[in-house]
Amino acid sequence: MDRRVIAAFVVLVPLLAAVPLLKLPAFYETFLYLVLHWIVLATSWNILSGYSGYFSFGHGAFFGVGIYTTAVLSGKLDWPFLSTLPVAALVAAVFGVGLGAIVFRLPRLRGELFGLLTLAITFVIGTIILNTPIDGGPGVYLSAVPVPAIGPTPSGSFYLIILALAALVLWVAYWIYTARLGSGLFAIHDDEDVAEVQGVPTYRYKLIAFGISCAFAGMAGGIHSVFVSYVTVGEVFNIVVPLNVVLMSVLGGSRHWFGPAVGATVITALLYAFTAGDFAVAGRAAIGFILIAVILFMPQGILGQLLRYWRKRAAPKPLPQPLPPPPIPRTGQSGELILSVEGVTKQFTGVRALSDVTLQVHRGEILGLVGPNGSGKSTMVNVITGLYKPEAGRVVFNGTDLIPLPSFQAAHAGIARTYQIPRPFASLTVLENATLAGMFGGRQLSRSQAERQAMHWLEFVGLAERAGALPTELNLHQRKFLELARALASAPQLVLLDEVLAGLTPSEINSAITLVREIRNRGSTVVFIEHNMRAVLELCERLIVLNYGQIIASGDPRKVIADPEVISAYLGTPHETGR
Amino acid sequence: MQMPSLELLGQSLLSGLFIGGLYGLLGLGLSLSWGMLRQINLAHFALAFLGAYLTYQLSEHFKLDPFLTMLIIVPGFFLIGMAMHWMFAKFKVTPFNSLLVTFGLAVIIESLIQWIWSADYRKLESPYSDIKFQVGKLFLPLPELMTLLIAIALSIATWALLRYTHLGKAMRAMSENPKMASAFGINEPMLALLLSGAASAFAGVAGACLALSFTLAPSQIYAWVGVVFSAVMIGGLGNPLGPLVAGIVIGLSEAATMAVTAPAWAPLVSFSLLIAVLLLRPGKV
Repeated sequence: MDRRVIAAFVVLVPLLAAVPLLKLPAFYETFLYLVLHWIVLATSWNILSGYSGYFSFGHGAFFGVGIYTTAVLSGKLDWPFLSTLPVAALVAAVFGVGLGAIVFRLPRLRGELFGLLTLAITFVIGTIILNTPIDGGPGVYLSAVPVPAIGPTPSGSFYLIILALAALVLWVAYWIYTARLGSGLFAIHDDEDVAEVQGVPTYRYKLIAFGISCAFAGMAGGIHSVFVSYVTVGEVFNIVVPLNVVLMSVLGGSRHWFGPAVGATVITALLYAFTAGDFAVAGRAAIGFILIAVILFMPQGILGQLLRYWRKRAAPKPLPQPLPPPPIPRTGQSGELILSVEGVTKQFTGVRALSDVTLQVHRGEILGLVGPNGSGKSTMVNVITGLYKPEAGRVVFNGTDLIPLPSFQAAHAGIARTYQIPRPFASLTVLENATLAGMFGGRQLSRSQAERQAMHWLEFVGLAERAGALPTELNLHQRKFLELARALASAPQLVLLDEVLAGLTPSEINSAITLVREIRNRGSTVVFIEHNMRAVLELCERLIVLNYGQIIASGDPRKVIADPEVISAYLGTPHETGR
Repeated sequence: MQMPSLELLGQSLLSGLFIGGLYGLLGLGLSLSWGMLRQINLAHFALAFLGAYLTYQLSEHFKLDPFLTMLIIVPGFFLIGMAMHWMFAKFKVTPFNSLLVTFGLAVIIESLIQWIWSADYRKLESPYSDIKFQVGKLFLPLPELMTLLIAIALSIATWALLRYTHLGKAMRAMSENPKMASAFGINEPMLALLLSGAASAFAGVAGACLALSFTLAPSQIYAWVGVVFSAVMIGGLGNPLGPLVAGIVIGLSEAATMAVTAPAWAPLVSFSLLIAVLLLRPGKV
C-alpha cells in the first residue's frame, strides 16, 4: 500500500467531516451528499465491473433492493434508520451473489451477455416489487422516519453518513486494487481462461467482487430512501443508476480505483447545473452524448489519460531486486509416476479430439508429445491443465484426480503451461505478467516475493530489460520467452510446453533448447510438444505420437520416428505401393 | 391456485401469441445486427418507440392511415441504420463498446421523444382500434392480428432472402468472416450498411405496430429490453426465424403464467427460460 494514499485518507476524511461545522446553507450539504452518493455507487460498481470487465447494467437493481429493504423495515416496521443499513447491504449482497452464482456458471458467459442479463433483472425485480405488498403501487412514504442527529442539521447528518460510506468504499476499492483479489480480477479482465489455468479462482473472485459491489450499492440505497423520503418503483428501477455509474466510471477511468470518483464528481456537477436550470431532459441527452464521445475518443478515461501522461514524464520506477527461488520441492523420487492420464475421451460437437488416451509422465523426464496438426495435442494440454473437462477418464497428478476439482486447482497442484500463440495479459507489464504467475501458482507467493522471483526468471530468459514494457511492445520471440518465464515463475513440478519453438529462427531455437534443458535440471518435469524433430530428438528421452486423438506409438524417440505408422501419419501413405 | 375457465384461458393464450409476435418483430432486427454484424444495438428499442411516436403523430395530426405511415418510416429508418453502421465502422467499435455507444444513443433518442411528446402517456385512436373478428368464443383484434402477420411475413422473407438469393449468401459469408469475404470479392462495407439499414427499418415497422395496440410513454422503452433480448438469445443469434418462434414461446408461457398465478410473476418467465436455455444449450448463444 502506498503511504501517500494512506496519508490522503487520514488528512482528507476528518477535514471533510468538519464541513457541517461551517453551518453552510443546506443547499451545499445536499449537493455534497449527492456527489458522495454517486461516488459510492460508481466506485462500488467498479469493483466488479471495472476491475474484471464484467459490465453490470443492473446496479440499479441492487441499489433498489437496498432502498426497499430500508423502506419496508423503517417505513412499515418502524426499525431505527441506521439499524436497517447493514440489512439493506446484506439483502442486496445476497441477491447479487445469488444471481452471480447462476450466471457466472454459464459456460462462455460473455461480457455483453452479462450486461443484458443484469439489465433484465432490474425490471424483473422492479415488477415484482410493484405487484406485491412490498410496494403495491402507490410508493412508500418515509418522511416520518426519524433521522439520527449525527450532524447539527438533518442535511448535515445525511452528509456525514454518506461521507463515512464513501470513505469506506474508496478504502475497500483501493485495498482490492492492491491485493491478490484485485490482481486476479485484472487478469480475468484480460483473459479469463488463462487466468484460471494460472491458478486464479475466477468463479470465486467474481462472486466475491459482485457481493462487495452489491452490498455497497444496497447500503447507498438504504441511506438514499430516507434521504428522498418517498420511493416509487418507477423512480428506482430504471436506467438512471446503471447509465450514470457506467458513464462515471468510464469517464473517470475504470481501471483505477479512484477513476469512478473523479467521473462521479464531474458528472454530478454537470447534472446539477442542468437541473438547476430546468433542463433535466437536455441533461440526460448530454450524458448520452458524453458517453458516446468518451467511448470513441477517450477509452482510458480522464484519470487513465492523466496517469499515462505523468508516467511518461516521471522517472521509471526502480525494478525489484531479483531473488533466486528456492529449489522445487521433491515430493517424490526421480523416475516415479508424476502424472497419469487414464482413458481420457474428449469430444467436441461431432469431433472426437481424444479417444480413450492413456499415458504416463515420470518425474524428472522430458517427454515428447508429437503428432500432425489436429491430432489432439493441444486438447491434451487443455485437459491436463483443467480447462477442458473430458467426458471420460481420469487425470491423476501426484496421486490426486484433478478432473472433479475446479480448473484452477491444477495450477495450485504444480502444473504450468505455455501457449503456442502467446497469450500474455495485454494490459499488464512483462514483470506483472510473470509476478501474477508466481502469486497464483504452486507456491502462492506474496506480491513482493513473487515480484523478486519474477525478476529472476525474466533474467533467466533474457527479458529483464523489458520488465516495464507491455506485451504488445515485444516481438514474437520475446513473447514466447515471456510465456516460458510465466510458466517458470509458478514454480511448477510439471511444465507443458506447447510448440514453444514454432516461428523462431534457427539461432533462437538453439537458445530455447538450452533453456528447456535448464528448466528440467532445475527440478521440473517437462512435456515437450513440438513439430521440430531436431529439437525433439535432442531433448526428449521418450516420445509419444498422437494421431486422430489416439496414441499410435510411444517409446525411444529414434525408434518411434522410424515407425512406418508414424511416418504415414505425418507424410501420408504412398500413392503407389511397392515403390 | 385456481384454474380459470376454458374461454378465459384460450383468450389469454391468444393474447400471448399476439404479444409473442411483437417480441419476434422487435427481435428480428436485433438478432440480425447482433448475429451478423456483431453489434448489440440497445438503441433498437428507442428507434422502435421513435417509429411508434411518428406513426402516432402522422395518423393523429395528418390523418394518414397508420399502415401507410410505414411508407415514410421504413426508408427514413433505413437511412438512420446506415448512418449508425457508418459510425461503428469508422471508429471500429468492438461488440462490447457497441452496447455502450447504443446505450448512449438510446438515451439521446429517449430524451428527444420526451422533449417533443412529453413524458405523458399517448394512445393512438386509429380506425382499426375497435375492429375485432370472432372465432367461436374467441376474439381476434385486428391490430394485434396484423402485427403477428407482419412479423411472420418479414421473418420468413428475411430467412428466404438470406438462404436462397446471391445477396443473402454473400451476407452470410460476410457475417462468418468479413475479411475472407472481402478477399473473395464481396463488397463487405456495402452489405453491412444494407444489413444495418434493414435492421433499423424493422425497428420502424415494429414501432408502427406498437403504436396500433399499445399506450406509449418514453419510460416504456427499457421495459421491453429484457424480454426481447431473451427471445433473440433463445432463438439463436442471426437466425431470422429464431426471435419469432422464441417470442411466441415466451408470450404463450407468460400468458399461461399470468392466467394461473399472479401477473407479478410474468416478467420472471422470459428470464428463467433464458437462463434454462443458456444452461442446457451452452455455446449456442
